[in-house]
Amino acid sequence: MILVRIVIQTFGLAIGQIWANKVRSVLTTLGVIIGVASVVAVIAALQGLRQTVLTEFEKLGAKRVYIDGTLPQSQWHTDRWRDVQLKVEEIEAIREHCPSITSISPEWWGNYAAEYGERKLDAVPTVGIWPTWHDIVGRQVVQGREFIPVDDASRQFVCLINDKAIEELDLPREPVGEFIRVAGRRFKIVGVVETVQLALFGGGDTASELFVPFGTAQVLNPEGWINDAWGSLASPDRVEEARGEITFVLRKMRELAAEDEPTFQIEVLQQFIDQFNALAAGITAGAGGIVGISLLVGGIGIMNIMLVSVSERTREIGLRKAIGARPQVILVQFLVESVTLCLAGGAIGLAAGQGLIAAIRAIPESPLKDASVPVWAVLLAVGFSAGTGVVFGMFPAIKAARLDPIEALRHD
Amino acid sequence: MTIRIRQLTKVYKLGVERVHALRGVDLDIARNEFVAIMGASGSGKSTMMHILGCLDRPTSGVYELNGRPMHKMGAGQLARVRNEEIGFIFQSFELLNRATALKNVMLPMIYSRRHWATARKRARAALDRVGLGDRMGHKPNQLSGGQRQRVAVARALVNEPSILLADEPTGNLDSATTHEIIELFRQLHAEGQTIVIVTHEEEVAAHSQRIVRLRDGLVLSDHPTREDPTHRRWLEGQAAAAAEAAGSRPLAQGAPA
Repeated sequence: MILVRIVIQTFGLAIGQIWANKVRSVLTTLGVIIGVASVVAVIAALQGLRQTVLTEFEKLGAKRVYIDGTLPQSQWHTDRWRDVQLKVEEIEAIREHCPSITSISPEWWGNYAAEYGERKLDAVPTVGIWPTWHDIVGRQVVQGREFIPVDDASRQFVCLINDKAIEELDLPREPVGEFIRVAGRRFKIVGVVETVQLALFGGGDTASELFVPFGTAQVLNPEGWINDAWGSLASPDRVEEARGEITFVLRKMRELAAEDEPTFQIEVLQQFIDQFNALAAGITAGAGGIVGISLLVGGIGIMNIMLVSVSERTREIGLRKAIGARPQVILVQFLVESVTLCLAGGAIGLAAGQGLIAAIRAIPESPLKDASVPVWAVLLAVGFSAGTGVVFGMFPAIKAARLDPIEALRHD
Repeated sequence: MTIRIRQLTKVYKLGVERVHALRGVDLDIARNEFVAIMGASGSGKSTMMHILGCLDRPTSGVYELNGRPMHKMGAGQLARVRNEEIGFIFQSFELLNRATALKNVMLPMIYSRRHWATARKRARAALDRVGLGDRMGHKPNQLSGGQRQRVAVARALVNEPSILLADEPTGNLDSATTHEIIELFRQLHAEGQTIVIVTHEEEVAAHSQRIVRLRDGLVLSDHPTREDPTHRRWLEGQAAAAAEAAGSRPLAQGAPA
């Protein structure tokens, strides 16, 4: 009860002292201010970045698996890249024998001139795909239709097109049914593939794209090969299963011995998310270290000013003891003072951190536009500053509490 | 008996040396006495004051305050006794400069279990009692030396202590203000307050009822003020000096008063 009153009374006094010595207080708590401002800003920025990145990954799909033929470094001089690329049979085998992969589509890339009327584009990326591609990659056909098995089997000259290509070729807004020339052949547009904006990975504008049936792509470029394949996991947590199954199938088909290095690679988006999370945790830890150091420096500043305060007010402490203040009451009084000082610094730091974040958010096209200070970061900052006050105020407070009243009253 | 002291000793260790500040003091002070403790520096009067005020504990011997054994109490209990039973008055007032007179007087009650409103009421009453009812909102630097010491007296009185313990209360005051504070003490004594003054000024001691003289850690003499031989010699000296001063001004002699 008495302690509560002491705390309230001292808190009021401490606020008064801080207000009376504004400059000194701000300078003293500079370390705490910088510490709190940086922790708040870093946490908010990371939150914003994480939001952006996770949204991007969400668009890409956490269930997506990427499979690619690759040549181990040890075989760069003995084998050809071409020989390790995926074969249609391999992709079909994965489709048949990997239960954790629900669908798969190869990609057969080429760049061809495209013409419509007077318009001519020199090199439009043209991808040969299976119809499963849309679901796996998350880019649906928004007008017209997807490819059907017969398109692929009989190498139909039909194509899908994206918005950018419609614009660049000056096609009608609803181009289904129009004919364009691709690599000198006449293609019928059967649909439009949606454009997905990926701020982090794709930049703002996407390029013109054409999609043709997989079989047709092979006809356009018989010398080409399957660049890669996209598969879809039955569920995101079956990553390791899928990896094992694909590895088993490909190693068997490629007749690799147990000691041979794999001639293919399997990547899963979840991996990138995990990597990002690890990176974010690393940045947080690094920022935490910096914050720790600035709080340490700030704390030493606090301790210094509190020692000065104890020394300046030795007679007052003596008097308070003479009229009946117990040592623990004196201890609490000085602790409250240092905690109040630190909390004031923490409040300024919070405001500064908010300012920093507002500035970051104001940057146009910033991937940190969602940055905001979460409530737990505010609590953390308040807790940290109060903790600094307690830890670094303890020594001066103990010093004050232990003063002998007789000696203290004789102090000059 | 308010204060009962038997064979009180206090030994300080100064490095390897042992200093015997008190060597076996016996002293009784009754309720409503007005006692002056006197002595040269090194006589042990400061140590005596600290022990009486429960700021320090004796090495051996008995100190009872209102029948309770102070020599057996721990630091926490002594803090409580200082708060409730003893009103300190210091030579240099020891007021908090940033607080008003009222807040200064309320200070002891922060450390006791009193309601805030009660504390305020009592502090006002104490300030009224010392004649500073119209200065409650003033800070110490807005008050004269005598007024500051009055605030300190009010602070000492506010918890209604058993003894008012003043350590050279007029040491920092001029003679007119000294007189003012001594009158205040006499008035409080007349109202029933037990007062112990530690001083080296005969003039201040002259207003007490009883003078206890210490020398080398022992009670040298303990007499009612009028019967104290040293004090009587001082009074005679004062009278002689006054007469001499009057005699040295022959022009003034015989002049109409």
